[in-house]
This record gives sequence, structure tokens and C-alpha cells, in this order.
Amino acid sequence: MKSVGVTLVSALPETWLVHLIRMADEDPQMTLVRLAKEEEGVGVSAGAHFAGVRSAMLLQNHGFLQAINGIVGVSLLYKIPLLMLITDRGSFGEKDPWQTEGGKHTRPVLDALHIAHEDLSRPDDVEPKMAQAMTLAQSSLSPVALLLQRDLMWEEPK
Amino acid sequence: MKRLDCLKAIYPELEDCAVVTIMGAVAAELYSLGHRANFFYLEHAMGLASSIGLGIALSQPERKVVVIDGDGSVLMNLGGLTTLARSRPRNLVHVIFDNETLLSVGGGAPGGYKWFTTATSTGSDLAGIAKAAGYPRSQLVRELEDFEEAALDAINGDELSCIVAKVDAEMPKSFLMDVHMLENRFEFARALQRPPKDKREPRRPTRITKEQPTTIPALKSRED
Repeated sequence: MKSVGVTLVSALPETWLVHLIRMADEDPQMTLVRLAKEEEGVGVSAGAHFAGVRSAMLLQNHGFLQAINGIVGVSLLYKIPLLMLITDRGSFGEKDPWQTEGGKHTRPVLDALHIAHEDLSRPDDVEPKMAQAMTLAQSSLSPVALLLQRDLMWEEPK
Repeated sequence: MKRLDCLKAIYPELEDCAVVTIMGAVAAELYSLGHRANFFYLEHAMGLASSIGLGIALSQPERKVVVIDGDGSVLMNLGGLTTLARSRPRNLVHVIFDNETLLSVGGGAPGGYKWFTTATSTGSDLAGIAKAAGYPRSQLVRELEDFEEAALDAINGDELSCIVAKVDAEMPKSFLMDVHMLENRFEFARALQRPPKDKREPRRPTRITKEQPTTIPALKSRED
């Protein structure tokens, strides 16, 4: 995130995101906004953009689904770049039954809103894909999403 | 108390602030006083004006941010109050005009008639909620002179502040705004690229007597 100039991160935790959020919290160059609900993060990112600061949102499938009204009513309506890093729960290997529904609907909803998205599964891809995602967000003045996959984010406890 | 009179009372102070308003009546009334590039009118996404203000305040700590919110919008994002409170930007003033109704989305009618009220009409206390959420300063005002004093104090101060102003559920004279949303969005971002001016001398409230509640001497020339 720092390599693409992000200095403000808004987030709600979930198990896959714990390390990333803690790193953002401990980094003196990063401002972490702990949200009560994900939709607020769309507003925070819009404000940061107006003020010339690059930001990202860390959230989970259901967080994305929760934030839809803000994404449509702020980011899309006002043409504001928004980088969303969404942990993509509910795919192959998911043990938690409650994660399985949200995972199914994330891509169709992204597609319905014409939000560009790509999966991130390999550590080597993280930096270049992040750069491409930020470039597209800034040039298209639109939301973009990177779907963070199980292989990248999670190791089953032995 | 009328929303428009409150806006007139603080209009001179808004010159150098980043101002984010909600949709509807308050946007149209602020616009009617004279649009500025540093005013952003959020015409949708009710509840997110304060979140946008937070993003600006954290990104530009040296600039004063004034969020002009409403009871209906705030009630759609009560959790946002806790996010602002814990982030506690010292440069953000949160003004909430509470007309106890969802006026601008059709909940009111000419003559101040309220048919779709919000919960503030039945006792929910937004100033109390903001205080309990953790805002260092939160105040409920019902009279114009109290609003002016509280708002000027907050704008010239150095603390996250909330001012809830009970106002009439009156429609603006006109909803006409001759600035496109996208034009507004781009000029606002450009205005925020300019560094804020040095702090000027704080203006003390203009003492307004009850007999002349709608005219503020400092703004008379603007009205003429």
C-alpha cells in the first residue's frame, strides 16, 4: 500500500485482515481509521481524495455489501477513486458456514456495478497488482477492488 | 430559529474552511448565500457528510472543516459519530440542523408541516448522543444568538465540536443550484489544494436582539 502512496487506511477487522490492520496501525506514516461500519470508509476515502491524500479500505465481503449505498452514492456518482482490498471469504476451503453466502455474491455485485476487480493469490503479484489497481482507480476516477484470496491471506492452523 | 439565519451567522467564517453539507434544503440555502469553491454539497449518500469531513480533517489537519449535517442524515449513520469521536480531529466542527423531520426527502410540506418526523421529534437527543459517543464538546441550541456564539467558538476553537441547532422545518425559497455535482466535486478538490490562510482574528458574535432576529449587520451589504 505504501508503494502506491497510500497514507490513510480505513478498516474493520476480520481474521484474515488482522496482520494487515495491525501493520497499518503500527506504521507511523499511516493513519488508521477504525470504522464502526464499512460505508463510512467510502466517505472517509472521498474526503481524503478531496484533500489530496491517497487511501485504501480494508474490508470483507459483507463489509463490501454493507457499503454499497456509499459506493454508488459517493464514489460512482461523484467519480471518486476508491481502492478496496476485500478479503474474499466463502470460496474453496471455507469452513465457516456463515461466510459462504457473502462470498457468492461479491463478484456478481462488483460486476453489476461495473467495478473493475482482480484476484490476488500470490505474494509476488501483490505489489504490481496494487500499482495497477491504484493507477486505474486514479485514471478512471472509480472504485476498484482487489479480492484477497485464501492462499495469500490464510494458513490453516495445524 | 431558521436554518438560513444560522447559515448567515456563520457564513463569513466559512470563507477559509472546507465545508461539507448534506443534500436538500441546507445545501440550497448555503448556495443561496453565495457559492464558494470550498463548499461541497453531498447530494446523496445520506449520513456520509461527516465521514467525508473526517477524511478531509485527517488529511489536512491545518485546515478547519465544517460539516453541516441534518437530523435525518445523522440518524442514518449514528455509528459514524463514534468514529469521529475516537478519531477526534481537532479541526472539525459538526453542525447538525435538527428540524425533527425528513424535510428534504419529502417528509415535510410548505408551512412547516411535518408528516414524516424523525426520532428527534419524540425525544432522541442528538447532542446527548454525540456527547455520549465521545465528542469533547457537544451543545444543543435553540436561539440564534446561542447558535452564533457556539458556532463561532467552535470554528475558532481547537477541538472536535458538535452543535445541534433546533430549527424550523421550513422549505428553502428555492432548491435551484446552478452548479453541477461534478463541477462542484472538482472545484472543491482544487480549492483544497490551496493552503489555508493564516488564522485571522476570531470574530466575536454579533449581538442580535430578539427584535431583529433575521438580519445580521455584517451581512447586510451582502443582502443588498
